[in-house]
Amino acid sequence: MTWDQGLHKTTTVLNGEQGTRELTYLEAIRAALRFEMQRDARVLLMGEDIGVYGGAFKVTQGLIEEFGEDRVIDTPMTELAMLYAAIGMSFEGFRPVVEMQFADFISTGFDAIVQFAATNHFRWRQPVPITVRAPGGGGLRAGPFHSQSNEAWFVHTPGLKVVAPATPADAYGLLLSAIRDPNPVIYYETKYLYRSLKGLVPEGDVPVPIGQAVVRRSGEELSIIAYGAMVQEALSAATVLEQDGHSIEVLDLRTLKPLDETAILATARKTGKVLIVHEANRTCGVGGEVAAIIVEQAFEYLDAPITRLAAPDTPVPYSPPLEDAYRPNAAKILAAARELLAY
Amino acid sequence: MNEIDDDLLQRAHYWMRLTRALDDRGTFLHKQSKIVGGYFSQIGHEALSVAAALSLGPHDIIAPMHRDLGAYLVRGLTPRRILAQWLGRETGVTRGRDANLHGMGDLSLGIIGFISHLPASTGVIAGVAHAIKLKGEPRVAMCFFGDGSASQGLAHEAMNWASVFKLPMVIICENNQYAYSTPLSRQMAIEHIAQRAAGYGMPGVIVDGNDFVAVYRAAREAVERARAGGGPTFIECKTMRMRGHAIHDNMAYVPKELLAEWEARDPIARIEEVLRARGLLDDATLAALLARIEAELDEAQAFAEASPYPDPATLTDGVYA
Repeated sequence: MTWDQGLHKTTTVLNGEQGTRELTYLEAIRAALRFEMQRDARVLLMGEDIGVYGGAFKVTQGLIEEFGEDRVIDTPMTELAMLYAAIGMSFEGFRPVVEMQFADFISTGFDAIVQFAATNHFRWRQPVPITVRAPGGGGLRAGPFHSQSNEAWFVHTPGLKVVAPATPADAYGLLLSAIRDPNPVIYYETKYLYRSLKGLVPEGDVPVPIGQAVVRRSGEELSIIAYGAMVQEALSAATVLEQDGHSIEVLDLRTLKPLDETAILATARKTGKVLIVHEANRTCGVGGEVAAIIVEQAFEYLDAPITRLAAPDTPVPYSPPLEDAYRPNAAKILAAARELLAY
Repeated sequence: MNEIDDDLLQRAHYWMRLTRALDDRGTFLHKQSKIVGGYFSQIGHEALSVAAALSLGPHDIIAPMHRDLGAYLVRGLTPRRILAQWLGRETGVTRGRDANLHGMGDLSLGIIGFISHLPASTGVIAGVAHAIKLKGEPRVAMCFFGDGSASQGLAHEAMNWASVFKLPMVIICENNQYAYSTPLSRQMAIEHIAQRAAGYGMPGVIVDGNDFVAVYRAAREAVERARAGGGPTFIECKTMRMRGHAIHDNMAYVPKELLAEWEARDPIARIEEVLRARGLLDDATLAALLARIEAELDEAQAFAEASPYPDPATLTDGVYA
């Protein structure tokens, strides 16, 4: 049992994905870890409770049995030392993948990421190929310190790459890329999707390139730009709007740093109306950067002001009515999209 | 007991004299405004930085800080590259990207560059030592941190990690009495930082950090213990920061008597006493050594000053590997 057992009421099964096996989002992450560990003896995992216990969410279940305690390392409760140790291991040729248990706890190890890992190659040309898995996002009634979407901290930091997969196939392919990347990569996995989303996932060596957004649904009238858990919400809203006779495009950013400017500008120029959605709070969030890119480079294509739909600037609340008020979802996207379509 | 042979003592003397001469030159170049920004003198730290570095083998890894100039030199960073770093030139260790001794990493020499957020390198060295252990190699990783760093959470986290995983790691703690203006009494409520080692389950050794022979023996023993699988050791080197935190700081907050006391324990004077007692040094050989070092530094400075500044067009190079 995991503590979030029973919190996922429904399971969405994706259609149209390319792949050979149906996996949940969580299983896809585990499959990627397993594939990379089999492929490359330099890859090792570190984290709290990830080995014998299998991880707080059981993402790493079974891996210590298969790879041993030298490659699936249960650590003391010490995110800062863990992240610094990962940097040191990378200098010795390893490819550490560090689990933060919850993205919220990444602040405890902040210095190691933003001061050391992010600046190192710029300063003395030594790469830091580490991957930090950050299980983020809310919707699970987990309160202020187990629900955060703090990706913007790292998007703002030069030297880091940040990815946020929205589907099992991307969870798999982006993790392969993150582990192989010579730079520190923060991999935001969405706890809400762990067991609630299933889809076909390719087998074997099929990485998804970092830095490429993907059009999840093609349309003409309005672009919804989202990432992580909000992609499914956007697609649900788009389906309703289609029934109303509207043609909606949904762009899944997939990588938050570096942003795929080409794809962002292409969809903005195509539809002329842009709704940006993220679960993180609004101020200085990724949405602000996406909006700035569009305004700077595609202003003359716009038929309406850009709309941002984000969480308000508050901590993530626990009580269901409060969290529902906090977190964007398909209904709120629908309302914002209708307003923008009517502009 | 590791005996200190004549050859080792003479090599150490050269490195300590080179360290101080290069440091003096840095101070001079800062006064000439050729070195911009801050400058951190290491005077008083020559024995511990040189002794710790000499206790390692060629394949070991070291992570020195901003007052461990001697360690960088011993590991093979040349005065040319260091002076070019200080002058912000393209030929410097970080090609003008980082300042002072910061970021002077070069894994081909087994050196990890540090960041200002001390004791960051202690965590990194724990990872290096962890990797060495996983690979089963007979190598050792050594880090440095000071009395100020000892108050940081990471010092605790990294020492705990080193002991939990019984890593081949040596921690050189340079207790130089002051962290910027903050005295030891405001840093901790115990007399010796090494007392904490027991709490992590590792040996804590206290040595006179101005005595090359004492530091070398302690470091060598710790390195051999780590190499043999005996786990980490914490070595507290008692020393004194003989200049301000950085060059702008007149350290009016340091009692004159304290400085005078440590002036009388100057590490270079002490190793020279030993050398003279062994008949390995006299006024003439010392003068010859100093002249050789000055010539070496003149050449290095000329190289650095003739080196180009980084091209601003390359500003964004290297943000990503």
